[in-house]
Amino acid sequence: MSREVAVLGVGMHPWGKWGRNFVEYGVHAARAALKDAGIPWTDVQFISGAATMRCGYPGYVAGATFAQALGWQGAQVNTSYAACASGSQALAAARAQILAGGCDVALVVGADTTPKGFLAPMAGYRPEDPDWVRFHLGITNPTYFALYARRRMDLYGATLEDFTAVKVKNAAHGAANPNARYRKRFTREEVLESAMVADPLRLLHVCATSDGGAAVVLASLEYAQRRGLKTPRIAAISTVTPRFASTEVEMPDIATDSAVAAAGHSFRGAIAARAYEEAGLGPEDLSLAEVYDLASSMELDWYEYIGLCRPGEAEGLLRSGATRLGGRIPVNASGGLACFGEAVPAQALAQVCELVWQLRGEAGERQVQGARVGITANQGLFGHGSAVIVRK
Amino acid sequence: MSARQRVAAIEGWYTLDEPAHLLGSRCNSCGSYYFPRLSAGFCRNPACEGTSFETVPLSRTGRIWSYTNACYQPPPPFVSPTPFVPFAIAAVELAAERMIVLGQVVAGIDVGQLKVGMPMELVLESLYSEGDTDKLVWKWKPSGVRP
Ligand SMILES: [Zn+2]
Repeated sequence: MSREVAVLGVGMHPWGKWGRNFVEYGVHAARAALKDAGIPWTDVQFISGAATMRCGYPGYVAGATFAQALGWQGAQVNTSYAACASGSQALAAARAQILAGGCDVALVVGADTTPKGFLAPMAGYRPEDPDWVRFHLGITNPTYFALYARRRMDLYGATLEDFTAVKVKNAAHGAANPNARYRKRFTREEVLESAMVADPLRLLHVCATSDGGAAVVLASLEYAQRRGLKTPRIAAISTVTPRFASTEVEMPDIATDSAVAAAGHSFRGAIAARAYEEAGLGPEDLSLAEVYDLASSMELDWYEYIGLCRPGEAEGLLRSGATRLGGRIPVNASGGLACFGEAVPAQALAQVCELVWQLRGEAGERQVQGARVGITANQGLFGHGSAVIVRK
Repeated sequence: MSARQRVAAIEGWYTLDEPAHLLGSRCNSCGSYYFPRLSAGFCRNPACEGTSFETVPLSRTGRIWSYTNACYQPPPPFVSPTPFVPFAIAAVELAAERMIVLGQVVAGIDVGQLKVGMPMELVLESLYSEGDTDKLVWKWKPSGVRP
C-alpha cells in the first residue's frame, strides 16, 4: 500500500512585517491554495492548523480559528504545536487522516504575527528557569548560531567569506521570489559591513522574525487519480524526537545531555535520515533542498545533516557552486530564511510550498531545471524538528 | 574601606567556596549527569527508570567545544554596565561527565585568544554589582592564565 498523498495545491501570504492579525494571512494562504487546487472550501473534510503561541487563544486553536474564518462547514479539525516543526506536524496529521481513510481532501494552514522588538523572557528573579538564566548570563539566540559557526572555522577551515557567500547566494535566489520579505541582492561588502552580533556573525548573517502564512491542500492518490490530476506527492514526513544522549548544544539549554551512560546521538542528522528511510530515497536522489538557515553559517551544517556531503565538506560543496541555482543541488532556491525571516508555524509549510512549485516547474526565475525530488529540513526548540520529502 | 559582599547571582547552581564547582545531579541508577540539577524527579535516559539523584560537584576543567562573544547589549534580565562591555562566551566539554556546559568567559579574554580544544577551568567572577555587593557567577578561564 502506498503511503504517499497528493499535493493538490499550495498558497502563501507574502512574508513581511505587516502587523495585521495572523488569521488574515492564514485565510489568504488557504484561499490561494484552494484556488490552486481547484477545490471549493466546502469540499474540504479535514482542516489542520499549525498553532502560534504569540497571538492569544485563537492561535492555540489555529485549526478551528481558520475554519471559522473560512466559514464553519462541518470539517473535522486538528491543531498542532511543535515549535518550528508545527507546520510539518499539522501536515502529518492531515496525511494520517487521509491514509486512514478518514477523508479524501485536507487543508493545512499555518500563519503568524510576530511582536515588535526582542522576544524577552518574563521579568523577575527566576533561577529555577534555565531560559531566564541564560538570558541573565547574556546568552542570546545568535550566541548558539555563532557557537556552531566558530566550531566550523576551527575544525573545518570555514571562513567569514563562506558564511557571507551563503547569504549572498540566498539573497540572489530570493530576489526572484514574490513571497519573500527581503528581495534585495545583498553584496558581500554590505553583509561584511553590517554590525557584528556574535562573532563571527554579522547582523545580515542572522535571520529576522516575520509575519506570513502558508497553506497546502492534500488529497488521497485515488482522489487525485479520479480527477485525472498528476501532482507532486508527499513521500515522507519525519517529526522524530532526539535520542538521549543528545550531543548537540541546543537553544535554550545551558548544557547538553551527559553521554556517560548512553551513546551520544546527533538529533539534526536523525531528522533527515528518518525521512529518507520512509521515502526509500537518499540524498543522491535530490534535485533541491530547503533548509533552516537561522544563520547563514547553519546552512553549511545542514548540508551535512541532510547528507549532501560528509562532515567537514560543506565549505567545499558551497565553494564548488553546487548549492546555488544552476548547480548540481540548489539549496534554498526560495531564498530561505535569509530572505523570508522566520514565521514559526508557517515556515515548514512555506518550505513545502517551494518544493511543490519547483516540482511543477512553476518557480519562474528561480526554477531548478528538471526538479524531481526535494527535501525540507528544520529544527527548533524543545526537541522539535522535521523533514518532508516531496517527489514528482 | 569596607569589604565587598560576595553573593551568588543565581542561587543553587554552584558553590561559592574556592575553588568553585557547578552543582549537578547524578542519577543513582545509571550515573547520568544533569546541569542544572533536575527539578522533575525522572532520569532522562530511556533505558533507566531512576528517580533518585545525588547533588554532585561537576568537573572544574574541560576543553572548549566552541566559543563566541556578545557584541551588542543583550536584553534584560541581562544586567549591563554603562556603557556595555562586550564579553566572550564558551561551551566547554567536561571529560568525566561527557557533557558540554556554556558560560561567560572571564573579563579581559576575547575570541581571538580562544580555540576549539583549549583547556579551560571554572572560576567565580562578578556577573554584575549592586552597591557594595558583587553578584558572582561561574565563568570559564583559559587554564594557567592569571585572572
Ligand atoms: Zn538514570
